[in-house]
Amino acid sequence: MAQDDNGGTDIAAAGSSSHEHEVAASPGTAVVVADGFENPGFPPHRKRVTDEDPKKAKTAERAVYTMFYLSIVGSVWAIAAYMIFPMESNDVFDVRLNNLSFGLGVSLALLAIGFGAVHWAKALMHDVELVDERHPVRGSEETRAGAVKVFQDADQESGFTRRSVIRNSLIGALVVFPLPAVVLFRGLAPQDQDPVELLSHTMWTQGTRLTLDPSGVPIKASDITIGSAFHVIPEGLNELEHHRLEEKAKAAVLLMRLNPEELNETPDRADWSYQGIVAYSKICTHVGCPVALYEQHTHHLLCPCHQSQFDVANHCEVIFGPAKRPLPQLPIAVDDEGYLVAQSDFTEPVGPSFWERH
Amino acid sequence: MSTAAPTTSAPEKRKGGFTAAASNYIDERTSISTVVKELGRKAFPDHWSFLLGEIALFSFVVVLISGTFLTFFFQASMAEVHYEGSYVPLKGIEMSVAMASTLDISFDLRGGLFVRQMHHWAALLFVAAIGLHMLRIFFTGAFRKPRELNWVIGFVLFVLAMGEGFTGYSLPDDLLSGNGLRIIDGMIKGMPVIGTWTSFLLFGGEFPGTAIVGRLYTLHILLLPAIIVALIAVHLLFVVVHKHTQYAAPGKTQQNAVGPPILPVYAAKAGGFFFIVFGVLALIASLFTINPIWNYGPYDPSPVSAGTQPDWYIGFADGALRLIPPGWEFVWLERTWSFNILVPLVGLLVFLGLVFIYPFIEAWITGDKREHHIADRPRNAPTRTAIGAAGVTFYAGLWAAASSDLIATHFKLTMEGVIHSLQAVVILGPFLAYFITKRVCLALQKKDREVVLHGYESGRIVKLPGGEFIEVHQPLDEYDRWRLVSYESYAPLMIRPDARGRISVWQKMRAGFSRWFFEDRIAPVTRAELEASHSDHH
Repeated sequence: MAQDDNGGTDIAAAGSSSHEHEVAASPGTAVVVADGFENPGFPPHRKRVTDEDPKKAKTAERAVYTMFYLSIVGSVWAIAAYMIFPMESNDVFDVRLNNLSFGLGVSLALLAIGFGAVHWAKALMHDVELVDERHPVRGSEETRAGAVKVFQDADQESGFTRRSVIRNSLIGALVVFPLPAVVLFRGLAPQDQDPVELLSHTMWTQGTRLTLDPSGVPIKASDITIGSAFHVIPEGLNELEHHRLEEKAKAAVLLMRLNPEELNETPDRADWSYQGIVAYSKICTHVGCPVALYEQHTHHLLCPCHQSQFDVANHCEVIFGPAKRPLPQLPIAVDDEGYLVAQSDFTEPVGPSFWERH
Repeated sequence: MSTAAPTTSAPEKRKGGFTAAASNYIDERTSISTVVKELGRKAFPDHWSFLLGEIALFSFVVVLISGTFLTFFFQASMAEVHYEGSYVPLKGIEMSVAMASTLDISFDLRGGLFVRQMHHWAALLFVAAIGLHMLRIFFTGAFRKPRELNWVIGFVLFVLAMGEGFTGYSLPDDLLSGNGLRIIDGMIKGMPVIGTWTSFLLFGGEFPGTAIVGRLYTLHILLLPAIIVALIAVHLLFVVVHKHTQYAAPGKTQQNAVGPPILPVYAAKAGGFFFIVFGVLALIASLFTINPIWNYGPYDPSPVSAGTQPDWYIGFADGALRLIPPGWEFVWLERTWSFNILVPLVGLLVFLGLVFIYPFIEAWITGDKREHHIADRPRNAPTRTAIGAAGVTFYAGLWAAASSDLIATHFKLTMEGVIHSLQAVVILGPFLAYFITKRVCLALQKKDREVVLHGYESGRIVKLPGGEFIEVHQPLDEYDRWRLVSYESYAPLMIRPDARGRISVWQKMRAGFSRWFFEDRIAPVTRAELEASHSDHH
């Protein structure tokens, strides 16, 4: 049988057993069945209705060109919709209308081309499959020998193997030369920063007033009712010219007031709260999401990202989830005017753990 | 060589008109006729499952087209501005230029929302199609020699696609993506030794800084796409070199490739399918909202909404973080060891690493050095299929965990209950899936044997002269039979001592793996068996 790798032959010409290839290379532990079935060769070709009935073929042809014409309609409609449905009115409904009408036009234009082409291929184009012969991927012995010869000649002519000092010094140079480029990337982080120092401090200092997030209005202790919770930022944060978000990412605090009897405070932190009002870092000690969900009756804080839960009544220790450390507590007091202020910065770094933290 | 012929005359080539003249012009400058002759009539095996790779390719083209449009309008800057666009609820709010320009694309550029949504949907489909394509390759054994390297390239593409997805997701600088970046920052900081500095290098100082969007933009529109395009080119080149696999069917062998020719049928089908994929994405983009950043607002480190979800393909990593039990962090040698981050990180790397090298593991166990061009039916490689099912279960468990809070609220379960159940799914589920899948495969193989030996039930009941009722079994014709008997079967490796009479540990290990793989096997029906079964009946 004349099989042509490029042209392919008609399907009836093929039909060999799949077991042939098992002689090619090591079959490993494959079991070569001695008594296996023979590949029966291709089954007889079945004609489509469009091959046998000219009327069906005509219908298919009509369907295909109708699709293509529909596609033109879709494209034209999309262009028209672009103009008919403006969205400069500040009305979200107009945006939706523009998106929908333009999009549906484009969809029709694309889908109609697609369905038309596939229908053309399936119903009308010649449907007899071709057979290509496969060859082993590896080059022929002759080609491989030729390739080896090329390398040998090149080696001979250059002395790559013979002149080993030249070769090794070249390899050395090639290994070293990208290093300056690697060093260049040191510039991705600022030169004059100490990460550990930066991560260990926040904006809070002695006397910084606690203010509402995001308005920056100071908070009076007397305004905090039992059971309530507030999102808090340090006074002056909103006025920062630079690094506002970086500071906020460390300084965000949650303020809650509990019934003082429900608060189990260790002796060393007994004066960190004020009449049941406690302030804790809002930045999760797991990977740094804001721990924003407060369940009032259980005094539990939940991180919405990975569901770590912290018990406010017990110094925000972890009761569930992947976080390990309690949320750091901000020691607070009340100033002369009755506003809540920080006694100091946090006494430990806030947020996710890092290598140098201890 | 003759130089006598006049150089200007080409009298007969004029006949074909413009097309012929143009073809001639191009061929004389490119030798394109060689390519057309070489590839134009190649037989391309056809099956619905081969379309998954095409969906991946085509959705990537859609991503490129829509993404290029977006670059004309998106501004990757984190400079702070007050939003002055059309979306009223955010008017006057302070946000980055990146967020504001994304809002402008959505609300002030006609068709902008459509392209943005198409870009996002196409990206989601891109990663999904790659995943499904990889599963198809895995379960049919299409990664075997000579295609191992193409599996590796495809795997790298999968990882790069996830990288593209995540970098793109982070660009609008909205609340949700900002929290995603914060999680990445937290994970990086948790890495031993290099974590803190890596975080500062990535963000140009403290999180969030003003550099990250611009940096991710360079990765997203330049570096990653360039690598992806290059690797796709190599991936497809390998498909040409290897020729496509095909499923066992009468007439198809290891030595041939059977299918419609590239020109015209395959080109029409694949070209048409490109437009269908493009069209479906356009339809989804016109009908369904994706990533409504105007609902989230600009990034601010303080607020977060409940029920935050990453894009689907990052879910498995996020889920892995959620499943770690409390307390996996220690201070030792005055350094913090965050195992609550290291374990998921290393676990996922090991999982992905196993996926990466699986073709080489299986090749080592089977010792099979032959080329394979007939794709397996999954049931005929029970152990591999079971391993795949175990891997899918592991991934699915992690993936579900990324929605643990939503599962808990939707089904009114406790958070703890959901997490503990998913921990069990991730640890025990793979074993269960492995066992069940293997048994199901073996049972299906037995069923195949039975059908080959005794035919299929015809539904025709016949009363015999003696009053006995039997159902007539219809024997298979030789074509249908071939599909059921033409698979390959492997026996466990026998341990044999080497020349010095010793058995190496390596050899023992390999024999152990081989036993695990092939101990339970159902051999294909042989002719003798079929003959014997026929004589039984008469």
